[in-house]
Amino acid sequence: MDFTLTEERQMLQDTLRRYLSDKYTTKLRNEILESDSGMSEAIWEGLAELGVIGALFTEEQGGFGGAGFDITTVFEELGRAGVVEPVLDTAILGGRLIAALGNDEQQALLEEVIGGALHLAFAHGEPTSRYDLNRVEATAVQNGDEIVLNGRKAVVANAEAAGHLIVSARESGAADDEAGISLFLVPAGTAGMTLRGYPLFAGGRAAEVTLDNVSLPVSARLGAAGEAYPAIAAAVAAADVALVAEALGAMETATELTRGYLMTRQQFGRPIGTFQALQHRYSDMLIELEQARSAVINAAGHLDHAPAQRDLQIAAARNLIGRVGRLVAEESIQMHGGIAMTQEYELAHIAKRIVMTDHRFGDTDYHLERFIALSAA
Amino acid sequence: MDLSYSPEEQAFRDEVRAFLRDELPKELSDKVRSGAELGKADIERWHSILNARGWFAQNWPKEFGGAEWNAVQRHIFEEEAAQANAPRIVPFGLSMLAPVLQKFGSKEQQDYYLPRILNGDDWWCQGYSEPGAGSDLASLKTRAVREGDHYIVNGQKTWTTLGQHANKIFCLVRTNPDVKQQEGISFLLIDMDTPGIEVRPIILLDGTPEVNEVFFNDVKVPVENLVGEENKGWTYAKYLLTHERTNIAGVGFSRAGLDSLKRIAKVEMSGGRPLIENPHFAARLAKVEIDLMAMATTNLRIISQAAAGQAPGVESSMLKVKGTIIRQEINDLTRRAVGPYAMPFPSETLEGNNDPVGPDYAGPQSAQYFNNRKLSIFGGSNEIQRGIIAKVKMGG
Repeated sequence: MDFTLTEERQMLQDTLRRYLSDKYTTKLRNEILESDSGMSEAIWEGLAELGVIGALFTEEQGGFGGAGFDITTVFEELGRAGVVEPVLDTAILGGRLIAALGNDEQQALLEEVIGGALHLAFAHGEPTSRYDLNRVEATAVQNGDEIVLNGRKAVVANAEAAGHLIVSARESGAADDEAGISLFLVPAGTAGMTLRGYPLFAGGRAAEVTLDNVSLPVSARLGAAGEAYPAIAAAVAAADVALVAEALGAMETATELTRGYLMTRQQFGRPIGTFQALQHRYSDMLIELEQARSAVINAAGHLDHAPAQRDLQIAAARNLIGRVGRLVAEESIQMHGGIAMTQEYELAHIAKRIVMTDHRFGDTDYHLERFIALSAA
Repeated sequence: MDLSYSPEEQAFRDEVRAFLRDELPKELSDKVRSGAELGKADIERWHSILNARGWFAQNWPKEFGGAEWNAVQRHIFEEEAAQANAPRIVPFGLSMLAPVLQKFGSKEQQDYYLPRILNGDDWWCQGYSEPGAGSDLASLKTRAVREGDHYIVNGQKTWTTLGQHANKIFCLVRTNPDVKQQEGISFLLIDMDTPGIEVRPIILLDGTPEVNEVFFNDVKVPVENLVGEENKGWTYAKYLLTHERTNIAGVGFSRAGLDSLKRIAKVEMSGGRPLIENPHFAARLAKVEIDLMAMATTNLRIISQAAAGQAPGVESSMLKVKGTIIRQEINDLTRRAVGPYAMPFPSETLEGNNDPVGPDYAGPQSAQYFNNRKLSIFGGSNEIQRGIIAKVKMGG
């Protein structure tokens, strides 16, 4: 039994934390949030140079990590600093799908990803699929050497910056069959693919993607026809691990900001942190934060297990973090009072990051049901 | 014990419904329903429609041109107006300042300001909170020093709701720093055009410019703008706050929110079925509806006591706490209900320049969830309310 980080991960954590606390100031982030691209190229390059992206890939993929605890080490720090740059979309989702399914030529893209030169986006969710990974209505029809895609993809994070979109489409089966789903590498600017971009509530950008007779060569397919679902589920599992770790880091910042405020804000002639009613609520947040930390460890430790075990742990972690996240976000705002309602205060952004993780790949209730189904199986 | 409205009250409710059906412009109710921001002109339009009917100054005595409705009538109107998605009446001049002027103001102040409030000539905002005086309002520091026929005001107010629209502000200022905090405060009426006043917007976490900071730098205020007596402002402020706390339960808003949530949950699909059929979602929805049904009756119990002439005590604190918990839970459920479409930032759709991203009801939900965190913070935070309840009930 050993709950300490390896030396390499400890170094990665220290380096990343120092880099972000020096560079990723509230002021810089507010500028990024206001910018047209919704991200900073300089920060992206900086993260790549530090090896943050490489840490999310295995040695054979060209990186030096790639395990569950590498993901949590990186994302806890990104969450702590409220980073909006699309590490999740490019490295975890896009990178893992290519690594899992790509042929040699497609795998070559990973070098560009790890070097920070290429962005990716995973265009999977659809306007009515909500969080169901198996529900794909976009179609792919093969005629000889050509494949034609049609359909709509919803809230595709990082779509505008991506050099390639990884688009899911159905080649066979019913709308909610796991079998029959394929993935395609669609270069940005491909005829027939239109993006309607917009900013996201918690930072970054996304787009509604319309596929109107998008013609691709057969070589654009990632992996075998109709067999992409297990790789999608595995990549999303890794994304779930990243999201819970990010939320954990953000909650650490929220509780720390709250502690500082309780100790300094004076009302009725004394720091409000001297009121027992607030002390108890602050303590409750810390108790739940340790629960969250353990849930993140459970999820990360099972990422490479068989899907049933993996998904049970991940559903548990996401449900728990969803509950604790709401508590910490709301209680931190409440104990601050008005100041936390202002856009420019650090906590406002951090609270939005926490709450909005609940809308990616399933919310607290969705993962509760998933846990019930998986534990009954 | 009779849970239903009397025949007179039912007739009144029918009258209110007919009025809302006939007179509430569809452009306004559409905006309210979709969560779009209301402009100054929208709000003034609704005020003037109400005023034309004599229903704007609902709580004013008839001698001042009011409708003099009792608590039950006001409750009926608030419920029906919320359900019809009518704009909220902006309370600062009408139901916060006006009662103070009617009770403590001079004849000249009453004659000048009250008709201007009715006619929409003035837009008042509230100068209470300061950066260092929030829950502990009595510690306010904005200073007013008498010099001849004027007070010279220096200091800063904050959280001034809709101050960007206002041409007048009523302020609590410190006129005597050498006595017990509550005994050195005065109540001043200040023209926002006076030199030395600067208004800076505060952008809230949902991106809206709803509140402001107001700075006072050697602002000259004529002494006739003092309300009542110097250093008695705290008494008037407390009187005003009792009016701020009417409709505190927000039953109508919660009912409208619940209706909207149910409409959304009928069309949102989860696992191939409408979300409203999902047992976990349905259970959460049912719990908040059950809480709301009980709170609506608590609210009516207190209103009927008030209509019988009993002043509400700690019950209004209880209603504030429970009412905000229920509204915030409905906001959370609605945000959850719209799924991934809770993520887009709604600026484009709110301004109405573009087709909405995703279903039209989805855009404002995250913003409303975050914006309504304010409900448990402002007007005396829920912590302050709990303190009041304990203090009164434990006799401490």
